[in-house]
Amino acid sequence: MIRFILIQNRAGKTRLAKWYMQFDDDEKQKLIEEVHAVVTVRDAKHTNFVEFRNFKIIYRRYAGLYFCICVDVNDNNLAYLEAIHNFVLNEYFHNVCELDLVFNFYKVYTVVDEMFLAGEIRETSQTKVLKQLLMLQSLE
Amino acid sequence: MRGLAVFISDIRNCKSKEAEIKRINKELANIRSKFKGDKALDGYSKKKYVCKLLFIFLLGHDIDFGHMEAVNLLSSNRYTEKQIGYLFISVLVNSNSELIRLINNAIKNDLASRNPTFMGLALHCIASVGSREMAEAFAGEIPKVLVAGDTMDSVKQSAALCLLRLYRTSPDLVPMGDWTSRVVHLLNDQHLGVVTAATSLITTLAQKNPEEFKTSVSLAVSRLSRIVTSASTDLQDYTYYFVPAPWLSVKLLRLLQCYPPPDPAVRGRLTECLETILNKAQEPPKSKKVQHSNAKNAVLFEAISLIIHHDSEPNLLVRACNQLGQFLQHRETNLRYLALESMCTLASSEFSHEAVKTHIETVINALKTERDVSVRQRAVDLLYAMCDRSNAPQIVAEMLSYLETADYSIREEIVLKVAILAEKYAVDYTWYVDTILNLIRIAGDYVSEEVWYRVIQIVINRDDVQGCAAKTVFEALQAPACHENLVKVGGYILGEFGNLIAGDPRSSPLIQFHLLHSKFHLCSVPTRALLLSTYIKFVNLFPEVKPTIQDVLRSDSQLRNADVELQQRAVEYLRLSTVASTDILATVLEEMPPFPERESSILAKLKKKKGPSTVTDLEDTKRDRSVDVNGGPEPAPASTSAVSTPSPSADLLGLGAAPPAPAGPPPSSGGSGLLVDVFSDSASVVAPLAPGSEDNFARFVCKNNGVLFENQLLQIGLKSEFRQNLGRMFIFYGNKTSTQFLNFTPTLICSDDLQPNLNLQTKPVDPTVEGGAQVQQVVNIECVSDFTEAPVLNIQFRYGGTFQNVSVQLPITLNKFFQPTEMASQDFFQRWKQLSNPQQEVQNIFKAKHPMDTEVTKAKIIGFGSALLEEVDPNPANFVGAGIIHTKTTQIGCLLRLEPNLQAQMYRLTLRTSKEAVSQRLCELLSAQF
Repeated sequence: MIRFILIQNRAGKTRLAKWYMQFDDDEKQKLIEEVHAVVTVRDAKHTNFVEFRNFKIIYRRYAGLYFCICVDVNDNNLAYLEAIHNFVLNEYFHNVCELDLVFNFYKVYTVVDEMFLAGEIRETSQTKVLKQLLMLQSLE
Repeated sequence: MRGLAVFISDIRNCKSKEAEIKRINKELANIRSKFKGDKALDGYSKKKYVCKLLFIFLLGHDIDFGHMEAVNLLSSNRYTEKQIGYLFISVLVNSNSELIRLINNAIKNDLASRNPTFMGLALHCIASVGSREMAEAFAGEIPKVLVAGDTMDSVKQSAALCLLRLYRTSPDLVPMGDWTSRVVHLLNDQHLGVVTAATSLITTLAQKNPEEFKTSVSLAVSRLSRIVTSASTDLQDYTYYFVPAPWLSVKLLRLLQCYPPPDPAVRGRLTECLETILNKAQEPPKSKKVQHSNAKNAVLFEAISLIIHHDSEPNLLVRACNQLGQFLQHRETNLRYLALESMCTLASSEFSHEAVKTHIETVINALKTERDVSVRQRAVDLLYAMCDRSNAPQIVAEMLSYLETADYSIREEIVLKVAILAEKYAVDYTWYVDTILNLIRIAGDYVSEEVWYRVIQIVINRDDVQGCAAKTVFEALQAPACHENLVKVGGYILGEFGNLIAGDPRSSPLIQFHLLHSKFHLCSVPTRALLLSTYIKFVNLFPEVKPTIQDVLRSDSQLRNADVELQQRAVEYLRLSTVASTDILATVLEEMPPFPERESSILAKLKKKKGPSTVTDLEDTKRDRSVDVNGGPEPAPASTSAVSTPSPSADLLGLGAAPPAPAGPPPSSGGSGLLVDVFSDSASVVAPLAPGSEDNFARFVCKNNGVLFENQLLQIGLKSEFRQNLGRMFIFYGNKTSTQFLNFTPTLICSDDLQPNLNLQTKPVDPTVEGGAQVQQVVNIECVSDFTEAPVLNIQFRYGGTFQNVSVQLPITLNKFFQPTEMASQDFFQRWKQLSNPQQEVQNIFKAKHPMDTEVTKAKIIGFGSALLEEVDPNPANFVGAGIIHTKTTQIGCLLRLEPNLQAQMYRLTLRTSKEAVSQRLCELLSAQF
């Protein structure tokens, strides 16, 4: 299962943090810093996977942003690697930049919840997710 | 929300942390005044302020108000307001019981609203918070939402995963019920999103309740079959870069890994699916995009995991191995990494072990060329997993050469692995000793204590390598700079076995000594202490170097060393070498006895480092089975290697490097007393008595409580009480290890002579003794008639895969049934005379074994059971006692007299009873006490 999802920029600023297990606030901050330290030192020739405490992190870099998913060690690496891409690919994020994530942080959570819930993949169809998000937008 | 956007911009424009804090404090003051103001806020403003608070919290600042306003938003009818309210609660929830009640109330209303959007928000909130209070409130309700016919698909998806969250946090609050079978049928649902969510729920539930969910196997197989055989466009929305429903396929394959291979009918269909997946991997890609290959390979790797999990289709296993072999050379680092990782598990299957081995060159190459250390790490893991007797020399050599340049982060682990492999597959122990010394030479700093302890244990326990080991360390020590660990090993081994190479003039005693002493001053205190012990051992081994060594010990740098330990050793060793006779020296400095065999300390360390699963090695299980399956690819171990191979059955628990068990009787050197037969594997044989058992037995003649036996694994304690001819004994078996004992069976054995005279009754004990636990056994004892022998307690059990067999004498002796009798001097002598028949008297004159202390002697006589009669004997130095031995059939009066002779350090013990055998036995027992 997914333990947490983090989106961070290269400077280590968190743009999204979604936790699927209980951590207290100090622990969360420590995790955020550790993940940043572990991920940013790796170069493009490295794998997209890093062992992390008793878990592993599957990450992918898009421009200046690192998308990291922390999962159990026996989880399927490639499935989560593509889950990140499937998330980013979303039409809803079409041409988004880091700033959009900052100003619309409360909407990003909605997108995450559509695709991941309770630490599991909830929905993988781009069309279905987009349809739902557009419907919700119409309610605003 | 313009106000929010402005606030965020302001924060971003802050030039310093102080400015940011100032801006935030200003905003917090503003929001506080709005919330406290007289004017009621409209929904929009409330939403905006709550959202600002959330933003401030996410920046890392504490928020201590606004919770109530957020809860108010939950009951709004506008989606956007409700959404912000739920978001705030999900991110900032705390266990404020007052609020939880209000929140739960709002959730309850939304769940009942039949508005799918609101239901979705409520379910997502439960799934995010997942607290126990929420489980209590909703665990009953959510299954109903999930299986109701009229629930919208998107709500079903959320409900399934919401229930999963509650099950994970509070499984006791989610009872299985009618809904479970309907949940299983969601695998057939039209909507693949619902299937995707439900599969996760079912997988988790099936892990805990496999019986209840076993119908999911056939449904999952048919679903999978429909997906993998579909054309790449059939599934429309769910096709990802030409791969049909990759995530759902992965989830279904994981669900199937909760179960063993299915029934033949379903199994055929599943095999077809797996073959199709393997075939597709060989087809030309439908897209050049990495997403296409990743999605396809995600499914492939999961399929291979399932194939390995079933471990029953040789054909599929070998195909999987070949496929991974191709990936080993792929240009994508990710694929090379995953192939190495996956092959590691394939190596432990008997069907594919040989196929994995064919890739050894590629893996060795990976070790040398991969840029990412984590990939090299996987290569090391795989080499370790594929190692067997046939390729051990090559693999160990490659690991050793890699070690010279290996990353610091993984050196220690490689050292442990090399040490384990070298020991496990050593046919030739000189090779083993060479390897370990090389290990110390190359990576001395990373060689933990366990590794060099282990090499010493092995050399001590195997007399066939001792000479060679001495020669090897002697040569290794010639190097001008050698690692301190090498000095330790060298010092220890030469101290024990230097005599074996002393015949060669190039390694004469004096040369050995000078070689070691040349390293002495560069070493740390513990190593110097060890070397001092080596020197005193040399004094015993080589009398000709005694003066040289005494000179060294006598020097100020030793005798007045600032370190207390070193000084003490120097003083004591010097003294010992001066005063002790050759015989005493030979006894005190005798060769070390063999170490008790137990789980390799190195393996234990590796397990601790990596967790047991990564070290588990099925090598020996495999060897067991492969004989009839593959026609035995490995030659039956020759007689020499049989000696060094741990017994296969001893290895099922992954104790791969169980130490080599000496065949036949233990080495004669210093092992004469070693009778604990830990190596025997036949359960019917009762071990001979444990060493020291006699001494311990004697100690219990005059007392009833204490420790009867103790070794590395087991402690046996006793507590007993006797009255007339009856007794009760509590036996306590303590497991001193952290591993459980299995098949733990203590048996009481009375010889044919003893049986009619002594009745013992007991109940069997629980066959499993947990690590660190103590079990108790009660023995009821009845003395029918007088007896001489003692019963034997035999204990057999399995510890970590090895069979243990221990026997000790149980101290139930005739004197336990003594009742003391007080009598006056006159009576005593009168009865003494009555028992003057020569058969009734037994006398023993013997040398004192213990200091002759009057008080101790008195205590022993009382402990023996008789009364101690004061002022009876005319000579106050003598002791007299009287008592009656109670048996079921008769009572036997006993009188005893002990006359010490301090000058000669002798005793004379006289016993008179009405029965010769009783006099004889009591005299024997009591004589042994002084």
